Amino acid sequence: MRRHPQDRTLSAPVTVSFDYTRSVGPVLGRFLTGLRDGQFVGARLSDGRVVVPPPEFDPVTHRATADFVDVAETGTVTSWTWVSEPVAGQPFDRPFAFALVTLDGTDAPLLHAVDVASPDEISTGLKVRARWATERTGAITDVVFVPDTGTAAPAAPVAGEGEVTGIVTPVSLDYTYAASPEESAFFRGLAEGRLVAQRCPQCRKVYVPPRPACPVDGVPTVEEIELSDTGTVTTFCIVNVPFLGQKITPPYVSAYILLDGADIALQHLILDIPVEEIRMGLRVKAVWKPREEWGTTIENISHFAPTGDADADYDTYKHHL
Amino acid sequence: MRDVAVVGFAQRQMQDYDGSPTCAELLVPIFGECYEQTGWTKKDIGFWCSGSSDYLAGRSFSFVSAIDAIGVLPPVNESHVEMDAAWALYEAWLKIQTGEVDTALVFGFGKASAGVLRRTLSLQLDPYTLTPLWPDTVSIAALQARLGIDGGAWDEAAMAEVVNRSLTDAEKNEYAVRAGGSSVEELLARPMFADPLRKHDAAPVTDGAAAIVLAAGDKAREVRERPAWITGLSHVTDGLHLGTRDLTRAESASRAAAAVGGLDGVDVAELHAPFSHQELILRRDLGLAEDVRVNPSGGALAGNPMFTGGGIRIGEAARRIWDGSADKVLGHATSGPALQQNLVCVMEGTI
Repeated sequence: MRRHPQDRTLSAPVTVSFDYTRSVGPVLGRFLTGLRDGQFVGARLSDGRVVVPPPEFDPVTHRATADFVDVAETGTVTSWTWVSEPVAGQPFDRPFAFALVTLDGTDAPLLHAVDVASPDEISTGLKVRARWATERTGAITDVVFVPDTGTAAPAAPVAGEGEVTGIVTPVSLDYTYAASPEESAFFRGLAEGRLVAQRCPQCRKVYVPPRPACPVDGVPTVEEIELSDTGTVTTFCIVNVPFLGQKITPPYVSAYILLDGADIALQHLILDIPVEEIRMGLRVKAVWKPREEWGTTIENISHFAPTGDADADYDTYKHHL
Repeated sequence: MRDVAVVGFAQRQMQDYDGSPTCAELLVPIFGECYEQTGWTKKDIGFWCSGSSDYLAGRSFSFVSAIDAIGVLPPVNESHVEMDAAWALYEAWLKIQTGEVDTALVFGFGKASAGVLRRTLSLQLDPYTLTPLWPDTVSIAALQARLGIDGGAWDEAAMAEVVNRSLTDAEKNEYAVRAGGSSVEELLARPMFADPLRKHDAAPVTDGAAAIVLAAGDKAREVRERPAWITGLSHVTDGLHLGTRDLTRAESASRAAAAVGGLDGVDVAELHAPFSHQELILRRDLGLAEDVRVNPSGGALAGNPMFTGGGIRIGEAARRIWDGSADKVLGHATSGPALQQNLVCVMEGTI
């Protein structure tokens, strides 16, 4: 497999997403409350400059920002770029401009989006004006900029009551997640009903799933071996707590199973046994799903079930706990 | 202060790494090269320190999986930074200064191609007023580039000259993922990607890993005839708010250079400039003399594995000391948006 680098690994798309809920404090709260109400709020710093957004602490004196200033919704483009291939989450899903906009009466620019149809419609020095969203929550996304035609849009009405104290920022990242070449061999083996392990050439330990390197010796585990699907429960946990996405009704058993011939246990489910009878040393065997349901996944094994044989001697697994 | 030198360096760079994002299988042969260069085994390494980010890997604690490549029974003295390997090197250098250890192996790794790198990097921005707009790294660098063009600090031709020299030098670098010079005219004729940046003005998305070996005093002399002695090491950061920085300058780079007593006498500088115009900013604000040879490796424009690109600059610079082609070199690393954070590592052949 390693001789064919083009298809060395298995991969699958993975999306990692999380909504960050952040409290904003008094300074950013003031700025965001302003955005919600259609008003830019900046701060006067110790060096006299007026800056939007207001920094929480003065960059020179490090004192908390206290001198707030209402600022115009018109300004000048001081730098710009054309986003020819927007990425997810940006203010527009079609090409647009990001710009540094210095609002009238301020001394430092704000980074934001300008809604123009082509790079020919934006230039350094262009006058721009805020275009407020109809629905505003008190977030930097409540506004974008458009070229200033000289006619002011109707004033944006106040959109809420009280101070904005928090924001929710959804973050979602898409990945193509690749298994290591060794894990890929394991998953390909599962698709054929086989349990592929590898042995470290130095310590002779057998790892399943195989790893990119022996964690004891730091050398590749090159020697491939196949294990049987019977093993011994070394430790277990009775799951009593329901959680989002749970597929089995509690209580049920999640266990470490030391496959015969392996030196590291594999985690899987134990079913077909009353939970109060689960114990260390229990001998179990894989219960495979019907072959037509197999893929390159550990889920080909539905669960492990007791073999009915006598329990394993403690000595046979005491070094694998 | 103890005398500490760079005595080992190994790297891999590629466009699409066909392996896991923990890169353990990539690190094994890199460590192997370090052992070969030093004649050591893992038992001779007093401290291990890595730089990487779970945001690149798309999974948690990926750096823990990566230490499989070390082999950690008995346990090793190990640490990690969510920064480029150059900052891991800083921690390792400090560790050696404490006297607790005499040697260290520093490494970095990252599979940037697993996600959309320029988007992922939006997460290093101010989470309240910037990240919700997802300003990608290339757009931010483009805003910086235009400020300099409009202000007369540089022009597109100067940027293209940086690209042309870098990609020409990269032809001799076996690890470069982008190489091949042409001409300023030809480069300027190519289409814009993020006006005023063309694709070649930005470092290619690169996967890879690298390792650097540090040793103190006689341990360093045992390994190399001419160890690259670290005679200056400093890192400084600018503030979080892009609007309150003068983006045409790298103030933190100037301060880092001043902290090591300036960079007079440097023959070769490896500058970590992921965008062409950033090399021009660094050259000026680090105070490099006109005759300093910049980025003979091709620099970041030829290959810039995330969390390793800065460390590679230090390794590439150290090699010029080892082979006697330079007496005093600079390895520079950057991190954050628009050259926010800067680290300088000055190395010399004699102390």
